[in-house]
Amino acid sequence: MRELAASTISDHVAEMCEQANIYLGEDVFSALKDALETEESPTGKEVLKQLIENVEIARDEQIPICQDTGFAVFFVEWGQEVHLTGGSLEEAINAGVKRGYEEGYLRKSIVSDPLYERKNTGDNTPAVIYTDIVPGDKVKISFAPKGGGSENMSAVKMLKPSDGEAGFIDFVVNHVKAAGPNPCPPIVVGVGIGGTFDKVAVQAKKALFRKVGESNPNSKFADLEKRIKDKINDLGVGPQGFGGRNFALAVHIEDYPSHIASMAAAVNINCHACRHLEKII
Amino acid sequence: METKKIKAPLTDEDVMALKAGDNVLISGVIYTARDAAHKKLVELMDKGEELPIDLTGQFIFYVGPTPEKPGQAIGSAGPTTSGRMDAYTPQMLEKGMKACIGKGLRSQVVKDALVKHKGLYLAAVGGAGALLSKKIKKSEVVAYPELGPEAIRRLEVEDFPATVVNDAYGNDLYAEGAKEYAR
Ligand code: SF4
Repeated sequence: MRELAASTISDHVAEMCEQANIYLGEDVFSALKDALETEESPTGKEVLKQLIENVEIARDEQIPICQDTGFAVFFVEWGQEVHLTGGSLEEAINAGVKRGYEEGYLRKSIVSDPLYERKNTGDNTPAVIYTDIVPGDKVKISFAPKGGGSENMSAVKMLKPSDGEAGFIDFVVNHVKAAGPNPCPPIVVGVGIGGTFDKVAVQAKKALFRKVGESNPNSKFADLEKRIKDKINDLGVGPQGFGGRNFALAVHIEDYPSHIASMAAAVNINCHACRHLEKII
Repeated sequence: METKKIKAPLTDEDVMALKAGDNVLISGVIYTARDAAHKKLVELMDKGEELPIDLTGQFIFYVGPTPEKPGQAIGSAGPTTSGRMDAYTPQMLEKGMKACIGKGLRSQVVKDALVKHKGLYLAAVGGAGALLSKKIKKSEVVAYPELGPEAIRRLEVEDFPATVVNDAYGNDLYAEGAKEYAR
């Protein structure tokens, strides 16, 4: 049994919070540069130039890419041969978030009570944490700071199996169209299909952790991702919604087996500041 | 592509000279306010009390920046979603506000109020917080410090980039831009 101290988890998490908010991943950065190549609208081009410059300024001067440094979302794959010592996983992650957001001068955007007091917790905790127990003696932590503007533009719909591919495409495209300029396009569209009401939403979130440029391993879904992306870009909404060719940088679909009576679908949108980072400990 | 340089605050003539789709660079003094500050301002208006800032001719930028590091004027400072301010915007315009800067769609009520009071809605590039922070030369909290990132700040900006989305003639770049590139 491998032993791992809770404080080690906290150290890694604190560092990940700072890094993810300052350095945009190469995958998203090159997608932005590709978008600049294909953009036809002059204002759209100007937006993309600003976004590329923004990423460079953030990196060179250690300024957060976006002021909304997000809800801290984690997917943890915990090897079942690993024994955590000195605290619980939840405490360890939250301690890391607290330190990372404080030391990194990141914005604290979490309020304790969603309806009545809405008082800021002051340290951006608690995080949202999903844990899977997996074989092996490694721990993989994936982190994404999820901005509120794009998160608000999300939806779950329990489609009927008879809605078929066309109904599924319509749901995704119409939803993204209604979101329009709000989620800071160009966007990455996370889509879940299958599973239960709750599972499909988590799948859509998981889809946003995938590297931009990678496709669903099933060729049918990979092809569907491309077709939906083209349909979304044909809306003409463009960067920031000012009109143009690049509304979506990517569409990622995560599928899961379905009940015979259901076809759950979910859309979780991410902005161009599609920040995600993973670490294997 | 032409970019117009404009000075804040604005006069009615300045507003009428700008059209949806214009790219501008703003220099001068602007103020910040988000949901919580708007709520407080509108409550004061309803009670007929004096506001902590004079809105006449002013720009309001919807932003909640990250904390500034020592030596920085301000932290990362991009626009937040404007729709959350829709309920307050007509009253802000009535009190003299001339322009607001955010990102995303506005309600028809706001668009009508912009026409009625001669106002502008501009979008700055959402998520370009690091870049926009470099255009802000000075920042000072002038009201509601207890609101943290939602406090009202007075900003001195230089060549702050934004695009006119809704003008005082009723034009809407979000609707027209998408139409032009749809296929
Ligand atoms: S949607 Fe994304 S880029 Fe836009 S303000 Fe929110 S976190 Fe920043």
